[in-house]
Amino acid sequence: MKLTKLMLTTTALTIAAGAVSAEMAGSMTVVSWGGAYQNSQVKAYVEPYQAMNDGLEVITDESSAEAVTKLRAMAEAGNITWDVVDVVAADAMRLCDEGLALEIDPDTMLADAPDGTKASEDFGDLIVSDCFIPQIVYSTTFGYRTDLLPEAPTSVCDIFDTEKFPGKRALEKRPIGNMEWALICDGVAIDDVYTTLETPEGVARAFAKLDTIKDSVVWWSAGAETPQLLADGEVSIGSTYNGRLFSAIAEQGQPIGMLWDWQMFDLDGWIIPANLPADREARALDFVKFATDTQRLADQAKYISYGPARASSAPLVGQHAELGIEMAPHMPTDPNNAQNTFLFNYDWWASYRDDLDAQYQAWLLQ
Amino acid sequence: MAQTSSKDAFVEFERVQKSYDGETLVVKDLNLTMPKGEFLTMLGPSGSGKTTCLMMLAGFETATHGEIKLDGKPINNIPPHKRGIGMVFQNYALFPHMTVAENLAFPLEVRKLGKSEREAKVKRALDMVQMGAFGGRRPAQLSGGQQQRIALARALVFEPELVLMDEPLGALDKQLREHMQFEITRIAHNLGITTVYVTHDQTEALTMSDRVAVFNDGRIQQLAPPDELYEAPQNSFVAQFIGENNTLEGVVQEIRDGFAVVRLDSGEVIDCKPVNVSKAGERTLVSIRPERVEIDKSRLHPDAHTLKAEVLEFIYMGDIFRTRLKVAGRDDFIIKTRNAPDQRRLQPGEMIDIGWLANDCRALDA
Amino acid sequence: MADTSTNGPMMAADGTPLKQSLARALRRQKRRALLLTAPLLLFVLVSFIMPIGSMLMRSIQNTAGTDYIPDIIPNVVVALEDWDPQSGDLPSEAAFKAMAIDFKAAFKNKQHTQLGRRFNYETPGMSSLFRKSGRAISRLKIEEITDFKAEMLDVDKDWGKIEYWATIKANSGYYTGSYYMAAFDAERTIEGVQMKDPDQRIYQKLMIRTLWLSALITFCTLVIGYPVAWLLADLPLRTSNLLMILVLLPFWTSLLVRTSAWKILLQEQGVINDIWIALGFTERLSLINNQLGVVIAMTHILLPFMILPLYSVMKTIPPSYLRAAKSLGATNTTAFLRVYFPQTTPGIGAGALLVFILAVGYFITPELVGGADGTFISNRIYFQFSTLGNWGLAAALGTIMLVIVLLLYYVYDKLVGIDNVKLG
Repeated sequence: MKLTKLMLTTTALTIAAGAVSAEMAGSMTVVSWGGAYQNSQVKAYVEPYQAMNDGLEVITDESSAEAVTKLRAMAEAGNITWDVVDVVAADAMRLCDEGLALEIDPDTMLADAPDGTKASEDFGDLIVSDCFIPQIVYSTTFGYRTDLLPEAPTSVCDIFDTEKFPGKRALEKRPIGNMEWALICDGVAIDDVYTTLETPEGVARAFAKLDTIKDSVVWWSAGAETPQLLADGEVSIGSTYNGRLFSAIAEQGQPIGMLWDWQMFDLDGWIIPANLPADREARALDFVKFATDTQRLADQAKYISYGPARASSAPLVGQHAELGIEMAPHMPTDPNNAQNTFLFNYDWWASYRDDLDAQYQAWLLQ
Repeated sequence: MAQTSSKDAFVEFERVQKSYDGETLVVKDLNLTMPKGEFLTMLGPSGSGKTTCLMMLAGFETATHGEIKLDGKPINNIPPHKRGIGMVFQNYALFPHMTVAENLAFPLEVRKLGKSEREAKVKRALDMVQMGAFGGRRPAQLSGGQQQRIALARALVFEPELVLMDEPLGALDKQLREHMQFEITRIAHNLGITTVYVTHDQTEALTMSDRVAVFNDGRIQQLAPPDELYEAPQNSFVAQFIGENNTLEGVVQEIRDGFAVVRLDSGEVIDCKPVNVSKAGERTLVSIRPERVEIDKSRLHPDAHTLKAEVLEFIYMGDIFRTRLKVAGRDDFIIKTRNAPDQRRLQPGEMIDIGWLANDCRALDA
Repeated sequence: MADTSTNGPMMAADGTPLKQSLARALRRQKRRALLLTAPLLLFVLVSFIMPIGSMLMRSIQNTAGTDYIPDIIPNVVVALEDWDPQSGDLPSEAAFKAMAIDFKAAFKNKQHTQLGRRFNYETPGMSSLFRKSGRAISRLKIEEITDFKAEMLDVDKDWGKIEYWATIKANSGYYTGSYYMAAFDAERTIEGVQMKDPDQRIYQKLMIRTLWLSALITFCTLVIGYPVAWLLADLPLRTSNLLMILVLLPFWTSLLVRTSAWKILLQEQGVINDIWIALGFTERLSLINNQLGVVIAMTHILLPFMILPLYSVMKTIPPSYLRAAKSLGATNTTAFLRVYFPQTTPGIGAGALLVFILAVGYFITPELVGGADGTFISNRIYFQFSTLGNWGLAAALGTIMLVIVLLLYYVYDKLVGIDNVKLG
């Protein structure tokens, strides 16, 4: 009798457990940016998660650059094929605004820090949208050729000094970042930068500052261009994403130094498309909860030099998985690197980007 | 007319050789002199070197050896446009983007003639070929014969002293060709110009020319007026190439009184005129024109040798009868008889005796 | 035979009128031809005509997201009907109320930010206003409010900007000229539509630059390609086939690879500059990331499109024409200019048309080697489309380029005659 009861209970439990896992889909499509970045995600998140979930099929997609357009089209067609999508914060806000992304309650849906700190507190103000699950902090900053410059630049304003720091510069072919740096170096306080840019005079002031180096600028539109231009000696200083510079320095051993002054932070994280079938949504939430816990975020930094979005992950950042070097000093968020920084102002640029892009283009054409 | 000293020579080829590949000679040791006003035809199978000679004269090919003189002056180093030689091409080469009048005016324009003079000359040239009404047409709107006339007019309009024609009638049908043969000779003689005419059509050569140069294998085989060429071919190639011809093979038995006695391979003996045989024992090809074969014994010299022949085939051709016989072991022996009221129509199977005047039977090289 | 002698219509053997049975025979042929070409027609319709049509539509449809603006804010459209932006006054209380009502509905459908972004194309700042106001307005209780104007201004003082309301009023129709306005470098001010400052007219400049550089590239391909095509047409077949492979080689390499190769060759620390310095010069040349780089790279890439039609036309011109001209007394130069060259014009026409139209639409090469002053209008169109998401403006620019190319084609047809163009 007792034995029977026990057996029944076990069966019931087994069935219950089975039922729970049956509620989660057996496959999942993870969308990201490809390259070394997606690789780091596979190593740090996807592979451990698959080890825990036997038989889970993970399909990877590299369409993050067109995430907004594609999700819109999928929603219109009523056939959403993506489960978890890695996007920049600005895209997450846009998708959330349009109801294309699932709203997330960090404290119930995401993992707490090991010391019990609530997720919302651990991520802090990096949760810039109700749908956004922060993952990394990266920055757009400058690298320079250590062998081509007479001395190491220490301030972002050194890029405007072609006498002391000869050679060409690589700048992104868009106003974001460049306008801020121009105004900062023209003496505008960081807090006044955006109000200044809202006036025609402020815009003219930024352009005037950029004019001083316009002739020695090579304009890039893909992040990989700057490391190449630096490696070829085409430019002596150039802006790009800090992870690209890290791999040029640490992995390829190029004579390149980092200039962290006034680096522009940006965030990258997950969103889950809205209106997924229940089993797929459950799977996506389960994955995201795992992938953004303190240890996992710290693990990703073994593979790429982007800062984990949780405060609690920072102390856990260790050594590079292959090179064995300490990763912490290469993080944009490292206190030594983050003395002067600003966060990409999504909200302001959402309003002024169309207009300033046009003006920027006109300025480039002059 | 037959023999010209180099004193009054207008066109001269002196030991001219031409090779395209440096290995084989297309033209071998060519010597030719032409007096002013002569109509000379270069006749020969394709690849015999006749067109190459014409092109060297025109200046489009350079001789690898030897000298070409025009009116006593060497022209080897004079470019084609300064030679002042008119030329009619095989495909007429009328400029398709110009009207007939413009085509004709072209050589006058490049010679910087005034407009009124140009127009007068163009009109005269068009009238000469009876194409006065066609000045405004495009070449594509003309028939082949008309294009031919225009090409002729264009080659003559700038009044050259020498005109070269490269198979100009090749593309025309038979009737038109015969008409144009007459036209061309008429115009050439009227204008008194010197003409070098290239063709592979022996009838054309015979009917049009003052003299014919028969080309084969890069050499002139015989240079003679048409009648001489036909009736007194110098070698078996010329005999074969010009007109229809019966050949019999044999060995020279003796030469006496200007006649050669030839024992044919079949055993019969005949009398011939020795052309290029000189002593007994030489092998020879004996050549007899079909129309010179006599079947009426009463009209032959009583001592004349006759041969037995079997009638194989009788072909009625209107103006003549063509009869194929089996003679001396060969069954391709042709005779031609005039369709006269008293002429016999031979019946196949009939056995007859045939003979000829020894002068009509030429013993040539084997 | 008896039928033909009468005056009646000609009859076929079976007694039906001949015309009728001929028509029947032809109809069968036509139907078969149509069936054979149907897959192609369908393909062209689906993959070419329809997208172009949809692009034309997008450049005039006044939508935010997938819906038409007047369908999202119907009450506002009505309430703003009598308002005159030039009066200097804000719209009436009714308009504010209508906005509150429509905005709440839009918020519920998650359309308010799309609406804001759409208005922001014309007036900077509106995207931010619509986004920030979202939650606050959604919490308003419409029935309890007496002063909507005050309430809205309380939500955000920017609701008091007349130019914002003017933009909303200007976009109350189902169709809009805004995208074309922007594409022609005009802007909407409170005083009405005006041209932008000459300094700010980017699309005009880009279009002129695109056309000018395309023409220059066409000219360069002609100058370089003509002698090559002539050589190819003149050489014996075996040699010319070998050379033809060299000409076609670029076709077998990816466009990206070719463009990148030019980058490596032309950059300041590149091969050509290294040779230049080795020759004793001290200044490095700027051969890339400017218009020169675009002209060099695109001339190379488009060269086969010039050489092939030229070659096929030259192949049909017998050498006897040149000989004839020379025998008639023309020098080499005259013979070429008066006789050979005029006969190759159909090839020049075809090659030039092909290269020019391809060049106008080129995108990757100007993007990679154009730097700041060598980019084409297509780069801007792509940027509007993919990065800024302003499909309407991208469509308007695309349409304008389409019209310009068609116009040029028309002029070309009038001047040269399209019948004179020979592709082979």
